[in-house]
Amino acid sequence: MKAIQGIAIYVLWLREIKRLLRAKSRLMGTLLMPLFFLTFLGMGFKRTSMPGMLGLDYSGFLTPGILGMSILFSSTFSGLSVIWDREFGFLKEIMVAPVSRISIVLGRIAGGITTSLFQAMVILSVSLILGFRPRGLIMLLPAIWLMILISITFIGMGLSFASNMRDAQGFNLVMNFVIFPLFFLSGALFPLGGFPNWIRIISRFDPLTYGVDGLRAALLGKSELPLLLDLGILSGCALLSVIVGSWFFEKSEYM
Amino acid sequence: MLMAAIKVEDLVKRFDDVTAVDGISFEVKGGELFGLLGPNGAGKTTTINILSTLIRLTSGYAEVAGISVSGNRDAVRRQIGVVFQEPTLDVRLTGRENLQFHAMMYGLTRSEWKERIAQVLELVDLQDKADLLVEKYSGGMKRRLEIARGLIQHPKVLFLDEPTLGLDAQTRRHIWNYIHRLSREKQVTIILTTHYMEEADYLCDRVAIIDKGKIVALDTPTHLKDILGGDMVHLEIAGEYEPMANALEKIDWIKGTKRHDSRLSLTMDHGDKRIPELMNIAIRTGTLLQSVNLSKPSLEDVFLHFTGRTIREEEADNDSPFRFMRHPKRK
Repeated sequence: MKAIQGIAIYVLWLREIKRLLRAKSRLMGTLLMPLFFLTFLGMGFKRTSMPGMLGLDYSGFLTPGILGMSILFSSTFSGLSVIWDREFGFLKEIMVAPVSRISIVLGRIAGGITTSLFQAMVILSVSLILGFRPRGLIMLLPAIWLMILISITFIGMGLSFASNMRDAQGFNLVMNFVIFPLFFLSGALFPLGGFPNWIRIISRFDPLTYGVDGLRAALLGKSELPLLLDLGILSGCALLSVIVGSWFFEKSEYM
Repeated sequence: MLMAAIKVEDLVKRFDDVTAVDGISFEVKGGELFGLLGPNGAGKTTTINILSTLIRLTSGYAEVAGISVSGNRDAVRRQIGVVFQEPTLDVRLTGRENLQFHAMMYGLTRSEWKERIAQVLELVDLQDKADLLVEKYSGGMKRRLEIARGLIQHPKVLFLDEPTLGLDAQTRRHIWNYIHRLSREKQVTIILTTHYMEEADYLCDRVAIIDKGKIVALDTPTHLKDILGGDMVHLEIAGEYEPMANALEKIDWIKGTKRHDSRLSLTMDHGDKRIPELMNIAIRTGTLLQSVNLSKPSLEDVFLHFTGRTIREEEADNDSPFRFMRHPKRK
């Protein structure tokens, strides 16, 4: 509706980065879980073979899934953090500024993408130490693009939820009833080949399914769908999510 | 030259089934320090939220710096600074970073905000603490930082919602001094809400007393107090009061007399100067006085006069300790 203001987006991004760098314990906390999953599941199920693993060994199959998981969690958190800003009053400071609402949403997305990508890069580095071998440097580019799309999708989703919540109570609800199902349904930890048909159909509505599949395609060259199809579907998800998220955010302005 | 900084006509705001603001009208002149005085829940904050474009009005008209708040909201936002009742600082940033965030959101250039931040920090004496994280600040420091922040963009109108709520008496004095200085030295129109009578009395050029969403009186603090007819002198009389009462009836500077048991309450101007004369009359009529008490009218009495209740009684009704938690949940 109104102009996109570059400076406002930059300031909001800068704030997220400053907060991120200062909250070292929080940063460690959100990194530890995916790293534990990566290390212990990867070693524990090393020799496991399941139908639908695309001919990969388990740790190879798992690594793109954990990257997707890390981005899913940190991005949803980032979208949901509007709740904390509202709780601590800072949202009013943002809302009363002469800045278009779309710029506020974009600023938050920019901050969230940065946080998520940073974590994903740490996990990718650790996975290299653990023996993960992507098929080439050049394919990192579509992989990063996929990560950004995953991130945008779930920041927008988090923002939609946060805009419809009146207090922080809903936070755990979203975590338990939305994030974990999305994670398990995406095929990040295990292939869904052995699951009943209806579960596999539901998983087709989970954006993370395409994110993880796309990451496997980009990093390892093995996937269920072609890379371009994953990219296309995820782009649609990201766009839709930003529109819906902005709409709810704009609407929630008048508390 | 001085056009109205704020114009409000028949403003109404309803939340679901509650009418928070019930048809109020007032004007604030440019450069004026205007107060909205009333108990919690009277509709002061709602009024501020409408004028600062945070919430939309239900009906009526309101403009700030000549711009309708229902029209171009970003244009209004550029003209105003707001200090909200609850803190709205990012405690994980330093004081300076909070100001910087604000300045950039308002589109100031780098050289502009560097200079401006130094100025406003000096204004509230926070230069030394500017690079501390705000979570280390005391309540008074946070308030000062917020006032400084509200001034960065040179607003035409500054809104202060309960600027000294929850602060100790000494800090409150300090904040008053800053506000006072601000109003005198800079050409900024200030509109503040408060439920502290002394605060409105001490700071404001004009005060609107607001109760249950309606303005019940609007004038300068002095004029408001004059409505009550002057000072009260209370005489506690031991024994016979008739001779004294009869003598007092003939005196023309006594505007009113009330008797309550052994106590006579007299209304008059300049009560402090009249006490010696009253003593003389007592001696002349052989009346034994137990005590003499002078009370100057306060805005508290004015509030009582217009609403029939004290502001504290109102708050006991309207208020609960959970108010701050409840407030953001309003739709």
